[in-house]
Amino acid sequence: MSGRDAILGRVRRALGADSDDAMRLQAVEKRLARPPKGVIPARGQGSAAEKLHLFCTEAEAVHATLVKVRGPEGVPAAVAAYLRAKNLPAELRMGSDRRLKAMPWQRQRSLTVRYGASDGDDLTGVSHAFAGIAETGSVVLHSGADNPTTVNFLPEHHIVVIEAKDIVGDLETALGRVRRKFGRGEMPRTVNMITGPSRSADIEQRLLLGAHGPRSLHLIVVEG
Amino acid sequence: MHDNIISKPRVGLFVTCLVDLFRPTVGFAAIRLIEQAGCTVDVPVAQTCCGQPAYNSGDRKDARAIAENTIAAFEDYDYVVAPSGSCASMLKKHYPGLFRDDAKWTARAEAFAAKVHELVSFLSDERGMVAVHARLDARATYHDSCSGLRELGIRAQPRALLSSVDGLALSELPDADACCGFGGTFCVKYSEISNAIVEKKVRNVEATGAELLLAGDLGCLMNMAGKLKRDGSKVETRHVAEVLAGMTDTPPIGGSG
Amino acid sequence: MQIGSPAFKQNAHDALGDVQLQKALGNVRRGFIDKRKKATDRLPEFDALRDEAKRIKDHTLSHLDFYLEAYERKVTASGGRVHWAETAEDARNIVLDICQAARARSVTKGKSMITEEIALNDFLAENGIRPVETDLGEYIIQLRGEHPSHIIAPAVHLNKEQVEMDFRRVHDHLPVARDLSEPEALLNEARMVLRKEYVTADVGITGANFLVAETGSSIIVTNEGNGDLTQALPKVHVVVASIEKVVPTLEDASQILRVLARSATGQETSVYTTVSTGPRRKGDPDGPEEYHVILLDNGRSSMLGTEFQDMLRCIRCGACMNHCPVYHAVGGHAYGWVYPGPMGAVLTPSLIGVDKAGHLPNASTFCGRCEEVCPMRIPLPRMMRNWREREFERRLNPAAQRFGLRFWAFFARRPRLYKLGAGLVIPFLAALGGRKRRLGWLPLAGGWTRHREMPAPESRTFMQQWRDRETLKQDAGR
Repeated sequence: MSGRDAILGRVRRALGADSDDAMRLQAVEKRLARPPKGVIPARGQGSAAEKLHLFCTEAEAVHATLVKVRGPEGVPAAVAAYLRAKNLPAELRMGSDRRLKAMPWQRQRSLTVRYGASDGDDLTGVSHAFAGIAETGSVVLHSGADNPTTVNFLPEHHIVVIEAKDIVGDLETALGRVRRKFGRGEMPRTVNMITGPSRSADIEQRLLLGAHGPRSLHLIVVEG
Repeated sequence: MHDNIISKPRVGLFVTCLVDLFRPTVGFAAIRLIEQAGCTVDVPVAQTCCGQPAYNSGDRKDARAIAENTIAAFEDYDYVVAPSGSCASMLKKHYPGLFRDDAKWTARAEAFAAKVHELVSFLSDERGMVAVHARLDARATYHDSCSGLRELGIRAQPRALLSSVDGLALSELPDADACCGFGGTFCVKYSEISNAIVEKKVRNVEATGAELLLAGDLGCLMNMAGKLKRDGSKVETRHVAEVLAGMTDTPPIGGSG
Repeated sequence: MQIGSPAFKQNAHDALGDVQLQKALGNVRRGFIDKRKKATDRLPEFDALRDEAKRIKDHTLSHLDFYLEAYERKVTASGGRVHWAETAEDARNIVLDICQAARARSVTKGKSMITEEIALNDFLAENGIRPVETDLGEYIIQLRGEHPSHIIAPAVHLNKEQVEMDFRRVHDHLPVARDLSEPEALLNEARMVLRKEYVTADVGITGANFLVAETGSSIIVTNEGNGDLTQALPKVHVVVASIEKVVPTLEDASQILRVLARSATGQETSVYTTVSTGPRRKGDPDGPEEYHVILLDNGRSSMLGTEFQDMLRCIRCGACMNHCPVYHAVGGHAYGWVYPGPMGAVLTPSLIGVDKAGHLPNASTFCGRCEEVCPMRIPLPRMMRNWREREFERRLNPAAQRFGLRFWAFFARRPRLYKLGAGLVIPFLAALGGRKRRLGWLPLAGGWTRHREMPAPESRTFMQQWRDRETLKQDAGR
């Protein structure tokens, strides 16, 4: 007997399952097809402006930095300003995300932009968020041909562009959008929900930023 | 006059074994307080212990036999009151589960459990007592015993009644809701660990600057008093009922000085 | 790993005498309790979420067979592979087969208690594959040849000076003059060393906080980002997870995620919550080429349908140990196996046998704080008592203890005899207490009097005094 049959057999015996199997199966299929919504914190359920405000407050509370710009064409200047303020070389790594590509990077003269996955030598990575979550100040990114996961984790500094209109109140709504985009039960290889820069408190429970992932997380919120 | 006596609720006092053996004053203080709350009190002689030593050692058979005795002894009363959160919780929350396979006894145990109260919460919640007539000039601190706190929700009641004692100043104990390390048989089975826990507790007690430590469970009180005295502390220890009933002539638990 | 649980008492004794350890344990008391409280106070829906989280897991457990099958179908459909392991040994062998097929020489590991449970590292090393722990705490204890002392803060038993000494011992590239006295410097050193490991590893192994039946996804939560680097960079990603990790849908996982981080570290949410589904897709510029999930039973199915089923709701947040007076006193290693604290006191006997782990469910004051803070509302004290019942039934507890208990119970069951005995002994003890009203020593009470005075009885028993009072009243009334 295979491990699979042995385990499932033991589970069924332990549950005393046989007579009501059809009913149990129906309950499972129903829940998978129509997930109950559960308890959603009121905190994130305000107007769009309140959601944006909460998103910013929560993100900054976990040591993300944040700047708002008007329109996507303002992003390259904001990125360049961040690099200058941090005294970082004018070099970026990003995926070939069309929203990022459409931005006027050429206006920042000295800026070098490399496209594709990160090899670990990049100091600064730029990603475009799929959504933001107001209740926790998180950004949601998903992998794909134009969105390498490595850009989210290998560079020392991670800049994430998020459109204000993509900020939703809660985690369930964000994942619901993923489901809508990819189809029920279908997922991209990875969905990353990122809340502040990497950290560890493993030594004497003292909080330190910049463990293995980025030391800083900079959010550029695009309004309008 | 006669009607008045009949209308008074009849309370059976569950003395608890530790009060019976070590601290009768707590039992008499409980009687005085329950009477002040407008009840008559009786003490059924067929009681011994709530059975926790057996129950918490995995001996359900003896625990059940003891529970049967207790339930039978108290069935005639309107209320069953115990000056201990731990014993009251055993009677109220754990007795019914001892009779899982016996519908008749389960029903008896549940009817019994519904009448059980810990003393201070009985006075406050059930009898609406908001103040006592007592005086004690002392700075005191209060430890929340675990079972009373977490299984019966006793927290505000003793503080409220203590605040009505003339002359008593109550300062909050840091980590008041942390266990004192008694734990019934735990304190002898794992005495070193128990000692480490009670050490932290008495350090917190000392830190308050209080001269009197109060709690509602004699097991915890004996543990903390025993530690305080072994450390040569001047802090005195009493059951909260003694203070509320104004019965503080008896020397404190474990003596003074 | 070797089972040290039978020696719990000796372990506890050693731990209580360990000055370094006692200093480090102060960090648990200070660090976790206030942060959790602050976070839970900030979320008015916290208790409602706990109820919902419990309902979700209870529902899943009572339909576990179907959810596991649904999960497997989705993993397969997304290009991943599910392996079923009945025992720890089966799981180890499956991991080894995958590593050997990938010609792996080193594997990176995200923090995972389940791979501790199956003692994977030693097994891989014996088979010529170098396992590298990448969570900072896990990395430190791997250097020391130790095991985690806490399920979410593996190195909580250590102080920074100890970590510095270990880094200097193992990292031979370190110049003597390099200042490593502060945690920040230690973290940077580990970051630099582990960067190289991530990119050279052939296989990355992680656990899972959740498996999602709806999508065939595994979810991990971390703060460091090591779990993501572990699963994104090597060409093979292996997830090891026990069968009770499955939840029905993304919504269900979301509900439980809300109580997880708050209960664990007091964060609103962890820094990285990552949902992984299958291997790299066509056109993806990065990600593993193979995605394997090992579904481990190792005793879980035997807890289903018993009084210990509730334990399978556990999400490994560590709140129970963070609030446990016994854990605070002795730390995690004293428990002698993978899972310490209250959750370990219930789970360990299920997994290694109550004959070996019998101390753990006994070493509790039943203060109930663990259950009070458990996000999944697991009745931990009740289940510890259930283990004590099984021990008592199987006569596993010491003979002297059983004798003492039976002796006491003989009297406690017989009120007349009880009163007679108490009436004789108590006045005698009261007299022994003398004017000090306490006893420094008593026969058979060494466990008490070694550390504290025994308050002496007041005088005669309450029952004696009550009887006198009643007799007087009756006489007066006659």
